[in-house]
Amino acid sequence: MSYIRLDYLDLALAATLVLLNGGLSLLLALRIERQLAIATLRMIVQLSLVGLVLTTLFALVSPLWTGLAALAMVLFAGREIMARQERRLAGFWSYGLGTACMLVAASLVTIFALTTQVSPDPWYHPRYALPMLGMILGNTMTGISLGLHSLTMSLVRERAGVEAQLMLGATRRQALLPVTRSAMRAGLMPIVNSMAAIGLVSLPGMMTGQILSGVEPAEAVKYQLLIMFLIAGGTGLGVTTAVLAGGRRLTDARHRLRLDRLAEAAD
Amino acid sequence: MLLVRDLARPGLGPISFELQDGECIALRGPSGAGKSLLLRAIADLDPNSGTVTLDGAARESMPAPQWRRQVTYLPAEPGWWADRVGAHYSDWQTARPLVEALALPADCDHWPVLRLSTGERQRLGLVRVLLLEPRVLLLDEPTSGLDAEATESVERLVLERLAQGTSVLWVTHDDAQAKRVARRALKISKGQAREEPL
Repeated sequence: MSYIRLDYLDLALAATLVLLNGGLSLLLALRIERQLAIATLRMIVQLSLVGLVLTTLFALVSPLWTGLAALAMVLFAGREIMARQERRLAGFWSYGLGTACMLVAASLVTIFALTTQVSPDPWYHPRYALPMLGMILGNTMTGISLGLHSLTMSLVRERAGVEAQLMLGATRRQALLPVTRSAMRAGLMPIVNSMAAIGLVSLPGMMTGQILSGVEPAEAVKYQLLIMFLIAGGTGLGVTTAVLAGGRRLTDARHRLRLDRLAEAAD
Repeated sequence: MLLVRDLARPGLGPISFELQDGECIALRGPSGAGKSLLLRAIADLDPNSGTVTLDGAARESMPAPQWRRQVTYLPAEPGWWADRVGAHYSDWQTARPLVEALALPADCDHWPVLRLSTGERQRLGLVRVLLLEPRVLLLDEPTSGLDAEATESVERLVLERLAQGTSVLWVTHDDAQAKRVARRALKISKGQAREEPL
């Protein structure tokens, strides 16, 4: 293992690059220095806190605290899904539907990986569970929010076409099929793209990180493949359940289109 | 026979009336009075309350798609869900006689929907509905975008169906048309219905 430790001077040196950007912004009156400063401070504070939390969790190896940390991650991701919707479901559904689908998809896939392929001891060891959940969650979150966004937006836009099919005696499943298809495509697009481009266009962060910390490239590639399979599985599961559940929520048992179950459009 | 009893939804009703087999009722009333809402409610396209039966069978006794194939609503601006006209018909060959009877070219199944005029959309929408051979036709201003000749062809086709026992609710703003196609008239105003002389 040839792991190179960083000290704070190294970080400060790298941070001068950001300062340089800020200086340029001031010099050229680009007015980006404020946002840049806030984002940089947030990053430093958030990552330092996460470092502390992870250190504590790794020392504890407690199923309870690991579970709580995982739950907090899911709840934060659920908020992100909701925040990115232009047309939200009315009431608790706007938060509940995406979050529930993500919770099910991400935890199923993470537990599957931890109990069969990676199998640390104990299987819920936070050093494995939390980073893997984080990677799966991040991608599932993006997929679900894109899928739900596409579903609601195209139902509003294609309302006449969907209802025309219902009027002619189509079931809600048949009438929603074109919209469902495009929502699934939208949700799965990022993961399909990143699987296609990986290695050629981008070297994934986790693999790069492992290589930097001294792992053989071939071993790092195996880990990256495993993670990509898990991410693709989790995203597919999450997008499918969220889009199908969203489609059911926006129709009813009498096969009516129920756009009244969307909240009023935000201004 | 279509029986409507205490049909209500926000902004409409309660409304009650009967429609015999082979009978046409003209629905009249100012814009926004609730004529389209009434037709949509009968087809069970929006949440509503009240009883609607066809030959004694209640809507709720069958799946909604089955109800809508028998009691079929044609909006004033029919919707489309594919790029080409032909994709909206399960079998263009069976649609062709109707298409030609409505003075449209028999090969218009290749046309892109985006290029259709309002009147072409209305007539092609009517063809879709007639192909289902529903028991009750709910027609929402089916000739509003048509010239006199095309209007006449639509009326002729619907009168043929009436003679075969199909019932029709026909929304129209044209009193002369109401007299040509219907024997009774319902006036809808402020969400209420009242029988009036033609």
